[in-house]
Amino acid sequence: MKVPYISKILATCLLLAVPCLSMAAWNINFQPGNTLLADDIQQLHLIVMIVCVVIFVGVFGFMFYAIFKHRKSVGHKASNFHENTTVEIIWTVIPFFILAGLAWPATETLLAMRDTSSPDMTIKATGYQWMWGYEYLDEGIQFYSALSTPQGQIDGTEPKTENYLLEVDNPVVVPVGKRIRVLTTASDVLHAWYVPALAVKQDAVPGFIRDTWFKAEETGVFRGQCAELCGKQHGFMPIVVHVVSQEDYDAWVAEQKQKISGKELGAPIKLVADSQ
Amino acid sequence: MEAAHAHDDGHDHVPSGLMRYVTTTNHKDIGSMYLWFSFAMFLVGGVMALTIRAELFQPGLQLVRPEFFNTMTTLHGLIMVFGAIMPAFVGFANWQIPMMIGAPDMAFPRMNNWSFWLLPPAASLLVLSLFVPGGGPGAGWTLYAPLTVQQGMGMDLTIFAIHILGMSSIMGSINIVTTILNMRAPGMTLMKMPLFVWTWLITAYLLIAVMPVLAGAVTMTLTDRHFGTNFFNAAGGGDPVMFQHIFWFFGHPEVYIIAIPAFGVVSQILPAFSRKPLFGYASMVYATASIAILSFLVWAHHMYTVGMPVEAQLYYMFATMLIAVPTGVKVFNWVATMWKGSMTFETPMLFAIGFLFLFTLGGFTGLVLAVVPVDVQLHDTYYVVAHFHYVMVAGALYAAFGGVYFWLPKWIGKMYDERLGKIHFWLSIIFFNIAFFPQHFLGLAGMPRRIPDYSLQFADFNMVSTIGAFGFGMAQIFFLYILLKAIRSGEPAPAKPWDGADTLEWTHLPSPAPYHSFEDPPQIR
Repeated sequence: MKVPYISKILATCLLLAVPCLSMAAWNINFQPGNTLLADDIQQLHLIVMIVCVVIFVGVFGFMFYAIFKHRKSVGHKASNFHENTTVEIIWTVIPFFILAGLAWPATETLLAMRDTSSPDMTIKATGYQWMWGYEYLDEGIQFYSALSTPQGQIDGTEPKTENYLLEVDNPVVVPVGKRIRVLTTASDVLHAWYVPALAVKQDAVPGFIRDTWFKAEETGVFRGQCAELCGKQHGFMPIVVHVVSQEDYDAWVAEQKQKISGKELGAPIKLVADSQ
Repeated sequence: MEAAHAHDDGHDHVPSGLMRYVTTTNHKDIGSMYLWFSFAMFLVGGVMALTIRAELFQPGLQLVRPEFFNTMTTLHGLIMVFGAIMPAFVGFANWQIPMMIGAPDMAFPRMNNWSFWLLPPAASLLVLSLFVPGGGPGAGWTLYAPLTVQQGMGMDLTIFAIHILGMSSIMGSINIVTTILNMRAPGMTLMKMPLFVWTWLITAYLLIAVMPVLAGAVTMTLTDRHFGTNFFNAAGGGDPVMFQHIFWFFGHPEVYIIAIPAFGVVSQILPAFSRKPLFGYASMVYATASIAILSFLVWAHHMYTVGMPVEAQLYYMFATMLIAVPTGVKVFNWVATMWKGSMTFETPMLFAIGFLFLFTLGGFTGLVLAVVPVDVQLHDTYYVVAHFHYVMVAGALYAAFGGVYFWLPKWIGKMYDERLGKIHFWLSIIFFNIAFFPQHFLGLAGMPRRIPDYSLQFADFNMVSTIGAFGFGMAQIFFLYILLKAIRSGEPAPAKPWDGADTLEWTHLPSPAPYHSFEDPPQIR
C-alpha cells in the first residue's frame, strides 16, 4: 500500500526534474567577466571560497567524526573536559591571521576598484521610475533607455524571447579598451546601476552624484538590471551596454550628433531666422 | 522537588478562560502567549513567502501585480523579524529565565503582560496595511527613503506598528535585565548562569540600545511624509543615505538580537545530549559579548554600494571580518562540546546540529560578503537573500524549533512524538536547502532581489527554489500537528527526560513545571 504511493511521488519528482535538467543554464558561478577588475573579483571570491571550504572540511570533519564515533549507541562514554586554554587561544589567534591574509588581496582589489581617476570618457546615468537616462558628458549626447520587452511577453500572452526583460530601446554604447567613468544619480528614489559582466554596481542616489568605472576588454553586449528596490517597476528597468570598436563607436557618435542637430540645433536656427 | 507547591494554583483566584490570559502576570502564561503569537505570525509571514515564491516559480507575471509583490516582500520581512523570530525568543526568555536562575517570576509581571499585549495590535496594524487605500508598504523591510515617502497610508500603519513593537521590545528587555541582575537564587553568580540566560542578558542590552534608533528612523520618515521635514530629501538639505546609516545602526545589532538567543538555546541543547559540560563556558560568554559590541561597529557593511569613501569601506571590511573571530570561537566550542561526548540524537539535538551546520554555512557566505569587491557584485542579489535565510531560518528558527522540542516536556508535562519530530527535522532541513541553496547560484549569476519577474537564465533555479519553499512550508504545518498531538495525547514526561540536562528547571522542578515555581529560592552550590 505504502510503496506504490512513495514510488509515485518519486516518479513525479523525476518527471519534473528531467525537463529542468535538460534546459541547461544551471550556472553556479559569476557571469564571465569582461574587465580585468571582474577577473580580480572572481579570483578574490575563489580565494575566500577555498579558505571557507578548508575550514568547513576541518570543522565538520571533527563534528561528523564525533557524531559517528562519540555516540551513546556505539557505547562511547562521555569525557568530562570542558576547557583548555591553549586550544582556545590557538583557535582565536589562527583565524585572525587567516582573515589578515584575506584582507590583503581584498584591499588591493578594493583600491583599484574605487580609483575612478583619469577616465577616457564619462557617462552620467540617471535613474528614473522606471528607466535610465544617459548623458555623454564629453559628446553632448543624451537619451533615455527603457525596457523594450513587449507587455504581452510579461503577461504570458506572447512567447518569451531570448533577452526577455534584459532588452532596451536605446542601449549605452561604449568603445572597447577605454576607461569609462560612470556617474550615477537619480531623479526620484534610489536606484542602482548594475552590470554583472562589467563588475559594476553603484547606487544612484537622488540629489547626489556617485561614480564608478569599467574598462571592457572585449566587444559585445552586456546586460544588467536596476539593483535597488525603486517601486513597482523595479524589475523592469534593465541596463544594456554595447561595447564596440573605436570605429563603430565614432560612427555611432556621429550618428547621434546628427540626430541632435536634426532635432534641437536645427530648430533654434530656424526660429532665429523667423524672428529677423 | 521541594520548590513546587501544589496548592498554589488555588489561592490567588486566577480568572478562567480568555480573561486568564488577558490579565495574567504569570511568566509561564505570558511565555506561552509569546510563543503561540510568534507561531501564528510565522504562518502569516510564511503564506507571504509562499506568495513570493509562487510568483517566482516561472518567468512572467502570473499571480500578483508587481506592487503587491513588493508589499509581500516587505511584510514578509517585517512580520518574520518582528512578529515571529523576536517574540519567539522573548517567549523562551519568559518561560526559561526565571526557572533557570531560580526566580519565582519576572521582575515586573504587570509590565510583562503589557509587553505581550502590545504585540497583537502592532501585528494587526501591519496586516491591516494591506487593506487601506494605496496598499501595504512596498519599500522593503529596510524601509529605505525616499521610496517610503511615496507610499500610501499602509506605510504610516507600518511606522506605528514598528513604534509599538519597539516599545514592547524595550519593556521586555528592561524586564529581562532586571530579572537577571536582581532575582538570581543565592549562589547563582553571573558566571554560573546557564548560557541561555547570559545570551539573553546581552541581547536585552542590544535591544535597549538600538530599538530607539529604529523608532527615530521611522519617525523621521513619518515627518518627511507628512510634516514637511527633509531629513532624507536632498532638495531640502537632507540625505537619503542618512536613513540607511541610521537604519543599519539598528539593523546590524538586530541581526545579533535574533542570533544570540539562538546561540543560547543551542548552548543548552548540545551539552545536554552530548552528556558533557559546555566546552569553554567563559570564552563563550566573552565571545558573545564581543560579538554584541562589534555588532555596533560594522553597520555600513550593508551599504558597500552607496558610494562611501574608500577608507570607510576598508574600515567596515576589516571590522566585519573581525566578527568571524568570536563567531568562530563559538562554533569551535560547540564542536568541542560534542567531541568525546556520549551523544544521542533526539529531535532537539538534531535541530541543534542542523543549526550548527547551516548557521556556519551562513557564516561563510557572510565572510564572502564582508569582502567589499565581492560584495559589490553580490549586494542586493539573491546571494544575500540566501545568506540571511541561512542565518535567520537555519540559524535562529532551527534553534527555536530545537528549544521547543527540548523544553516542551517541562512546559506541558508531556512528550512529543519522537518519530514525528525527527521527520519534521528531516523535512525541514532537506526542503530548506532545496529552497535556499540554489539562491546562492542565482545571486552569483546576477539575479537582483525583490524583483517579481526575471530573465530566462534564472528560470531553472527559481523553479527548484519554489518547490523547496512549498515543501518547507508544509513541514511547518506538520510541526503544528506534532505540537497539538503532544498537548492532547503526549506520553507523560518525567521531571528530567534528558540525561545530560543539568539546569534548575530539570533538576529542581517536576514536569510540567508548576504554575508558581521557586517561591523559595533554591540553594546553588
